[in-house]
Amino acid sequence: MSGFAPADLDELREAINEALAAEEPVELVAGGTKRELGRLLQLPRTLDLSPLTAIRDYQPSELVLTAAAATRVGEIEAVIAANGQMLAFEPPDWGALLSLPEAAAQRRTLGGVLACNLSGPRRIKAGAARDHFLGFRGISGRGEIFKAGGKVVKNVTGYDLCKLMAGSYGTLAALEEVTVKVLPRPETVSTLLLCALDPTAAVHCLTRALSSPHEISGAAYLPAASNSILQSFSGPQGVVALRLEGPAPSVVFRREKLMSELAAGSETAVLEDGPSTTFWRGIRDVLPLVELPDRVVWRVSVAPSRGAELAETVADRLDARWYLDWGGGLVWVAVAGADDGGAAVIRAAIRGTDGSGTGHATLIKGSPALRQTVLVFEPQSAALAALAARVKEAFDPRGILNPGRIVEGQ
Amino acid sequence: MRMPLPDVAVAERRDEIVAALRQIVSGEGVIASESERRVYESDGLTAYRQLPLVVVLPSTVAQVAAILRYCKVAGVKVVPRGAGTSLSGGALPLADGVLLGMAKFNRILEIDYDNRCVVAQPGVTNLAITKAVEHGGFYYAPDPSSQIACTIGGNVAENSGGVHCLKYGLTTNNLLGIEMVSMDGEVLRLGGKHLDAAGYDLLGVMTGSEGLLSVVTEVTVRILPKPTAARALLIGFPTTEDAGDCVAAVIGAGIIPAGMEMMDRPAIHAAEAFVKVGYPLDVEALLIVELDGAPAEVDFLVEKIEEIAGDHHATTIRASRDEAERLAFWSGRKAAFPAVGRISPDYYCMDGTIPRGRLSEVLTRMRALSERYQLAVANVFHAGDGNLHPLILYDANKPGEIERAEAFGADILKLCVEVGGVLTGEHGVGVEKRDLMGTMFNDADLAHQQRLKCAFDPDGLLNPGKVFPQLHRCAELGRLHVHSGRLPFPDLPRF
Repeated sequence: MSGFAPADLDELREAINEALAAEEPVELVAGGTKRELGRLLQLPRTLDLSPLTAIRDYQPSELVLTAAAATRVGEIEAVIAANGQMLAFEPPDWGALLSLPEAAAQRRTLGGVLACNLSGPRRIKAGAARDHFLGFRGISGRGEIFKAGGKVVKNVTGYDLCKLMAGSYGTLAALEEVTVKVLPRPETVSTLLLCALDPTAAVHCLTRALSSPHEISGAAYLPAASNSILQSFSGPQGVVALRLEGPAPSVVFRREKLMSELAAGSETAVLEDGPSTTFWRGIRDVLPLVELPDRVVWRVSVAPSRGAELAETVADRLDARWYLDWGGGLVWVAVAGADDGGAAVIRAAIRGTDGSGTGHATLIKGSPALRQTVLVFEPQSAALAALAARVKEAFDPRGILNPGRIVEGQ
Repeated sequence: MRMPLPDVAVAERRDEIVAALRQIVSGEGVIASESERRVYESDGLTAYRQLPLVVVLPSTVAQVAAILRYCKVAGVKVVPRGAGTSLSGGALPLADGVLLGMAKFNRILEIDYDNRCVVAQPGVTNLAITKAVEHGGFYYAPDPSSQIACTIGGNVAENSGGVHCLKYGLTTNNLLGIEMVSMDGEVLRLGGKHLDAAGYDLLGVMTGSEGLLSVVTEVTVRILPKPTAARALLIGFPTTEDAGDCVAAVIGAGIIPAGMEMMDRPAIHAAEAFVKVGYPLDVEALLIVELDGAPAEVDFLVEKIEEIAGDHHATTIRASRDEAERLAFWSGRKAAFPAVGRISPDYYCMDGTIPRGRLSEVLTRMRALSERYQLAVANVFHAGDGNLHPLILYDANKPGEIERAEAFGADILKLCVEVGGVLTGEHGVGVEKRDLMGTMFNDADLAHQQRLKCAFDPDGLLNPGKVFPQLHRCAELGRLHVHSGRLPFPDLPRF
C-alpha cells in the first residue's frame, strides 16, 4: 500500500491521474476519523488530503465560509465562534463512540463531515450538513478539476451537485475546497427536561412539542437505561429533553409555555446554558451508548412518530439499548450478541408489519468482520441501485475513488 | 434564443405520435388542435414562444410511465410542465416534443400532523398546501411570489424560494421525499417521511434539476407550526449604502429575520403609486424587515433593529402595530412587479445573487448600464440572502427594445458573477440564462453536470435545450482520457 499527500489542487489532480493510469483505486483520507464509517476498504493506495487546510475566505456578514476541504472542524468552529457564529448542523464528533484517542478525534475535517453528511440534534430545525453545503471544488474520478454551487447563500444555477457530494463518502470526487453557510449562535440555550415518561408517552410529548410554535431545536428521549449522561436525576426513569434557543426573553417565555402545555404533573427540570450545551453535545456524539464498548451501534432514520415503536420492537427481539433524537426520527441502537449485529431485525422493523415503512439503518460501529459481512448502508431497490451505479460511473468511470465504501464493487 | 433544431422526421410523425398518446390517455387528455395547443406555447417568460408538437395531460402515474416509455422508444422529446409559471423558460415547449402537463395531479394525498408533513400530487399549488394545514396551525414555508398559481412539482423542479427563505430555506430544505418516473418509464421513490438519504442524495439532485432528470409524480414536504407573532419594520435610508450596511449590521448582531427585503427609489415610487400605503418617497432605499416567533422575541428584536437602523442613518423607522399594518407594509413589496407593470408596457425580471457587501457597487454599475442601454431599471432585492431582482423596463412594441433589454439583463448577470455571485438565486437557468452558464462554469464543470444527466436520461430526451448551452452526446461525454500518470513531484514524501 502506498500513500501520497498532495499539497494543492494540481498535485491532487496528478495523484488521481496517476492512480487512474495505474488502475489502482485510492482511499481518500484526511483526518482519518471516518475511516471506520462505511464499508471496510482495503485499497492499494491512500491519498492523504490533510495538507489541504486553510480558511480561505470568511465574511461573517455574508454568512459564508470557504475553506480547504481538510481544514479541521475545531479550527473553523473556533474562528466563527469568535464572530458569534456556528455551523448550525452541529457536526458530530464520534471519536469516543468509535474509541478513537482524543487527539485523533480532533482531526475531523469539514470535508469529511460534508462527505458523510453528518448532522446533530439541530437537524430537525436547521437542516443537515447537506443543507449548509453551498459549493465545492474537487477532482472527480476522471482526474479532472471541476466545481459546482457558489459562494453565496442562495443559488440555483445548475444541478445541485453539493447535495450529491454530501453523503457520497468520497466515492465521486476528492473535495479540495468547500463553501458552507454559517449562522449566528443563539444568545441563550435552555433545555426543558420532562421525567418519568415511557417511550410511547415520550414520543407523544415530542410530537406535541414539535407541533407547537415554540421553535424547538433539539428533541430527544432517553429511556431509563440510557440516561446516565444526566446527573440531575436519581433513579431509573425515561427523560424527554427539549432545547430552546434564542434571545433570553424569548427562551424564558417559550420554556414557560412549553412547561404549562406539556408537563401536566410530571417532574421537570431545566438545564441552563452550560449544562445544556454539554447535554446536547452528548446527544450529538452518542455518549449515552459509549459506555457499552462491545456493542454494535446503528443509526436509524424513520418517520418521527415511529421511533419509539421501532426501538421497542428491536429491544423485544435483541439485547439492545437505545435512545431517540430528532423528535423520535433518529433512533440510536446499541446491540449485543446478534450474529449480524441486529441488521435483519432492525431493517425488518423499519419496513414494519405491513412492509410499507420507509427509513434507513446505517451501521456506525462494528467489528471489521461485521462491516464486511453486513450491509452497512440500507439496501436500495434494484432500480434505485442501478441509478446510483450510473451516477458513480458518471463521476468515477474506472472506480478509483473509495470503491466499495457504500456499495460493494462501486 | 436558439433552441435545438427540431427533428423534422419526428415532426412528420406527428399523427402517429398523437395516435399513440391517445392509446395511453383517452379523450381530452391529448391536445392536438393548434388553437388549444396555443395555450401552452409559453410559460412565465413570455418573450419566448413555441407551439408544442402535442400536449398530453395524464392523470395517473401509470399513464406518465407509459407516455415516457413510449417517447423513449419512439425517440420523442418530452417537456414537463406544472402551472407554467417559470420565469426562466423552464417549460418552454419544443416543436418536436411532447408537452407533458401535470395539472391533473391536483390532489393532496395525506396530511400527517404527527410527522409534520404533507403528501401531495405535483400539480397541487404551493399555496394550497398551506391552505390545507393552516387550520391545524401549520404552513408550508417556501413562498414564491407566484404561490397562488405555481405547483409544488414545479417548485421541486426549480428549487423555488420566496421572501422567507433566508430563515426557512428553499424547496430543497423543506422536501422530504418524492415519487418520480424516469425517462425509461420506471417509477422510483426517494426519501419519505424520514430524514436524509441512505445512499446518494438523489432527492437533493432532483430538486432544482429543471425537469431534465425525471418527472415528479408525488411530493412529501415538511410543514412548520405557524409562528405565534409576526411584525414588520419599514425603514427608509438616504443612500443604498446605508441600507446595505444596516442589513449587514442586523445579521452581524446575530439576527436572522423571517424576511428582509430592499427596494430602490424607482421601485418604491412605482409601488407607492400603485398601492398607496405611505412608503416614504424621499429615500433612496427602503427596507422591510419581518420578525416572527414568540411575541416576546419579536418585540425584543424589533427594538434591537430599530436601534441598529437609527445607527445607520435611517430617516424613517416604522414598526407595525397590528396585523393590518404589517400586511400594508408588505403590500407594496408584494405588488412591486405589477406596480412596475403599470409604469412600463413590459418589464424583464432578472434574478442574480451577489455577496451583499457588493450591493452598492452593483447598483452603481447597474445605473451606468441603464444609461448605456437607455432603459430604466427598478430593483427589488431579497436583501437578507443577496438575491437581486432588477426589473428592466422596456416596450416590446418598439423595435429593438426587447433585444436591448435582454443584452442589459445579460450584462447584469455577468456583473453578479464578476463580483462573486451567481446567475440565478431562485428562478432557474431554463432557456433564459442558458447561454450565460459559461460565465460561471467552465467546460469541465458543465461536462460533470451533463454526465449526471446522462445517468438519468442517456438519450437526452427530457427537456433538452434548457440549462446547458451545448448539447453533447453521452457517449462523447463519457470518454475518458487517461493521462500519462507520471508523478510530477518525485521528491515529495510518501508513506
